[in-house]
Amino acid sequence: MNARDVKVDKVIEKVSSLKKVPLRYCPGCGHTIIHKLIAEVIDELNIRERTIGIAPVGCAVFAYDYFNFDMLEAAHGRPPAAATGMKRMLPDRIIFSYQGDGDLSAIGTGEIIHAANRGENITVFFVNNATYGMTGGQMAPTTLPGQVTTTTHVGREIKTTGFPLRMSEMLATIEGSSLIARTAVDSPDNLVNTKKLIEKALKYQMEDKGFSMIEILSPCPTNWGMTPAKAITWLREEMMHFYKLGVFKDCPPGSQNQQPSGGSRQ
Amino acid sequence: MKKALMKGNEALAEAAIQAGCKFYAGYPITPQNEIPEYMSRRLPPRGGIFIQAESEVAAINMVFGASACGARAMTSSSSPGISLKQEGISFLAGAELPAVIVNMQRGGPGLGNISASQADYFQAVKGGGHGDYRQFVLAPFNLQEMWDLTMLAFDKADEYRNPVMILGDSILGQMMEPFIPSPYVKQALPEKTWALTGCAGRQPNVVKSLFVGEGELEKRNYVLQDKYRRMKAKDVRFETQDVEDSELIVVSFGIAARIATEAVSMLRNIGKKVGHFRPITLFPFPEKQIHDLAERGAKFIVVELNAGQMVEDVRLAVNGRSEVLFYGRPGGSVITPEELYDRLKDEC
Repeated sequence: MNARDVKVDKVIEKVSSLKKVPLRYCPGCGHTIIHKLIAEVIDELNIRERTIGIAPVGCAVFAYDYFNFDMLEAAHGRPPAAATGMKRMLPDRIIFSYQGDGDLSAIGTGEIIHAANRGENITVFFVNNATYGMTGGQMAPTTLPGQVTTTTHVGREIKTTGFPLRMSEMLATIEGSSLIARTAVDSPDNLVNTKKLIEKALKYQMEDKGFSMIEILSPCPTNWGMTPAKAITWLREEMMHFYKLGVFKDCPPGSQNQQPSGGSRQ
Repeated sequence: MKKALMKGNEALAEAAIQAGCKFYAGYPITPQNEIPEYMSRRLPPRGGIFIQAESEVAAINMVFGASACGARAMTSSSSPGISLKQEGISFLAGAELPAVIVNMQRGGPGLGNISASQADYFQAVKGGGHGDYRQFVLAPFNLQEMWDLTMLAFDKADEYRNPVMILGDSILGQMMEPFIPSPYVKQALPEKTWALTGCAGRQPNVVKSLFVGEGELEKRNYVLQDKYRRMKAKDVRFETQDVEDSELIVVSFGIAARIATEAVSMLRNIGKKVGHFRPITLFPFPEKQIHDLAERGAKFIVVELNAGQMVEDVRLAVNGRSEVLFYGRPGGSVITPEELYDRLKDEC
């Protein structure tokens, strides 16, 4: 039998929401996986041509080189404010911000809280790797107690630097938010779950259900000083111990226990 | 056309709406609160978006997002709030996004006071935030100009893809006087093909201010510098009063020019050869026009409601060709025409 006569079904193809360029993140970095999951969902929902993403300041600033749709690069911590301006002007486009833990839980704490509280109909992907990656591994608000970083040489001391911030738990208390969940990219099961949550969050936006944030625990082997395999173990054993996975809030407007609110849904 | 009688801040807000402003974000601060208040009432019914932001920083970044989508967008504040917006203005300049930023100046430094001041001149015309960039700066001196220059600000922002600042002050924002509310005339401007609108039917657009590749940022900077040169070549605006035969020329802008022109008229009435030069664009600055007057031998005195800021640009323009004096008062203290008359009468 000639090989040309064999009928082959296409089982996988390159996603069109990623540009045909190599992703230059470090070996074992979670950003590569998370970019691909987001791109796959955008392809599957067929919304690439009406999606606008916002890149943060941090390693993922280069997201605009990788995502194959319109992209904005915003100032450090300000993507939720920029997203607010964009979504209000273009309510039928899909607007998401992609932010690290320095961006979202330190310098941009004000912007994320108020965007959630206004119930802006946007989606936030919050990549938590417990450190500042781009600048070389300094302490983030999400750094674990005792974790060694370039600004906590003997390990993070709670007495002088405070506790790690649990952003998902905090934002779930805000009435304006609709979907708040934490997931991870450490195992096949969790990849599947992460993809499901990304899809759910984007669908909420398409259905005008308001603010959603998916926090994703992500390894940073380079700045943690570990092999990629060891980093996965550390994420599972140390990070997940402090940052429990789960859906903290799934309460879009109109559902039970939710007061109708204003903001972008008017 | 029938005249209108409005407060300065409200005239500015109405002119912005008529010029097609579709997005406003701001934060309360005296003496510009009438702008967000007016916008909150009048912008949404006319198809625009009003947001009271959680901070000045958020407000300028909301404008950044709205502008990136192609909308005519504005924010307003007063001195301390404008300081907070500087990072965002630098990002607008770096990303080549149009926006209109209003500064109704108050006394400084610090929390200062809420009186009229021109102490933010340096911040407005020299860049203000980080990096080699300039804003296009318009300085109205009456409510007619608050109206006209606001409309012009939106056109210039779009024409140059650059932030434009309207530099007013407490008195201009709070005062009422009649003016002609001329309707906005739509200008022929290039289409915003760079805007983020979703990539249907085209390649994706990226709006950014990060250029880390070898030589990329230098190239971008030369694009910006070329733009500033074009502004200087074709968009310098100014007004003169009796400069032709003057031995002494008073240079002032904004509300200080209201005071100075009155003092100059009083001096003309007693036969003094004195005139007035008023820059309307503070960037691009009318350096050539001032230099030409200096070449003719006229002496200058710069009058400002600060401790001496624009005087430095006048000295650069004069470049040693004649004498440049200064009279000003800092800290929100306002000069009277009589006080200035007394200061000037022995200089000419």
